[in-house]
Amino acid sequence: MILAAIPGAATLLMELGAILLALAFLGRVAARFGIPSIPLYLIAGLAVGNGGVVELVTARQFIETGAQIGVILLLLLLGLEYTGDELTAALKNHAPAGAVDLVLNFTPGLVLGLILGWDPRAALLLGGITYISSSGIIARVLADLGNTGNRETPVVLAILVTEDLVMALYLPLMAGLLIGGEALNIGVEIGIAISAVIVALGLAIKFGNKISAIVFNQSDENLLLSLLGLALLVAGVAEQLQASAAVGAFLVGIALNGPAEHAARNVLAPLRDLFAAMFFAFFGLQIDPSDLPPALGLALALALITAATKLATGWWSARDAGIEWRGRLRAGTTLIARGEFSIVIAGIAVADGIEEDLGPLAAAYVLILATSGPLLARAADPIGRRIHERRSASLPA
Amino acid sequence: MTDINETKLPGVGVLHDFECQSGDRIGVISHHAGRREVLIYDPHDPDRVGECATMTADEARSLADLLGGTSVTARLDVLRHEIAGLSIDWLRIPAGSKYAGKTIADTALRTRTGVSIVAIIRNDQPIPAPGPDEELQVDDTTVVVGTAEGIDSAARLFAGSTS
Repeated sequence: MILAAIPGAATLLMELGAILLALAFLGRVAARFGIPSIPLYLIAGLAVGNGGVVELVTARQFIETGAQIGVILLLLLLGLEYTGDELTAALKNHAPAGAVDLVLNFTPGLVLGLILGWDPRAALLLGGITYISSSGIIARVLADLGNTGNRETPVVLAILVTEDLVMALYLPLMAGLLIGGEALNIGVEIGIAISAVIVALGLAIKFGNKISAIVFNQSDENLLLSLLGLALLVAGVAEQLQASAAVGAFLVGIALNGPAEHAARNVLAPLRDLFAAMFFAFFGLQIDPSDLPPALGLALALALITAATKLATGWWSARDAGIEWRGRLRAGTTLIARGEFSIVIAGIAVADGIEEDLGPLAAAYVLILATSGPLLARAADPIGRRIHERRSASLPA
Repeated sequence: MTDINETKLPGVGVLHDFECQSGDRIGVISHHAGRREVLIYDPHDPDRVGECATMTADEARSLADLLGGTSVTARLDVLRHEIAGLSIDWLRIPAGSKYAGKTIADTALRTRTGVSIVAIIRNDQPIPAPGPDEELQVDDTTVVVGTAEGIDSAARLFAGSTS
């Protein structure tokens, strides 16, 4: 037996197997109730982590590495969704909506952090957590509800695109701030990191075709290795430049287009599902479940406020695009869901240890909005119909 | 021609939509992956998709044929058949041409070359179906129809100087 030679191999396999089975089971439960699997993966992580029901011993290391790959794959596939043209078009046509979104949704988190007397950097992280909607959950919701063709949908998608681009600048900024040191040094480092991202973005848009042609290969096996290798390498270089590994992977995704893009999505999606599940579980794993109940009240208040601000963002942007009130309601409710990227940001905070209350607060916050967001989006049309009926009933015949 | 809106859907594909004369709004989403969705918007809520059918690229092509693609191809074929052996060209009357200042009847172009002048473009203004008394001027562009050889000799005649 090969495995017997490695100490603890049997435990590792059993723990990993049990965890994956548990995640699969929770995924089925989630699908049954029409909610995304992210919150349930978090709960699974909470259950087997620090102070959880059972504590993982051997598999933790593996899951931690898996979680890092998970972030990279999440962002790589997100970048694959977009072409350079779509990014520039969305920015050109919907910049005001993006600005309203940033102001309305970053502020509540930032202000709450400052009120709690946190380090300003922790407050900035909380701002990022409340700002960014979940592209993954929202894409699923749009498809499930058959809303992809609706006329308010381009507005929703444009807002998501601008958010993702803002993330590409925000993550290096936070990485620089968290390292700390002299103000001048931090400024220079952040400047370098952000310029590197902007230059890389420009190159990705300009030379995407060439890069794609080099990477593309008819063999799925070879394509998988090329893509994963390229993404991990660029992510590592980006991390070295303090520009955040996730952003590097995102840029690789944007650079790829054409047949390479299509094939990449097919070969990478299953890997992404596996490692992203580990990523969500790992975040839960780091948080002591007994810290959650005290954070719940605050998380609920923050969720209520930022659900309202997202609703306002969607409403305003859709009205700006000439959509009537029911479409505005759909745009607003669709945007409420927070998910993977809030966890990415919260994960940075937890890894840095800057503010120990932030992890549990973020976990509770995402649990609430990742679950209720899709339900609210689903409720938008029935609510709209009821308001419409009441209105027409009150009108004199 | 119907006014069709085109909207890019980042991460999804492209949406085309238009409003029919009947007031119904129709849309088509072309997904990056090749799939097509045909949409009929809700008459009571014009921003919302009421009905939606998903089809593969092949099925979408068949639907396009059913909707008139086939008859367009057939008509084009007929047109091509009719104009086989026939050429259309644009010929300018250069300065110093001996045809400048002469009427179409004077040129006797049809008798000499078998080519007809079906229109004249003068100062960017078209003169369709000019009469035999229409005078040709320097820098006119004539639209001529005839055999390829006929048009060649007409071009040589136009370019010939008065001397």
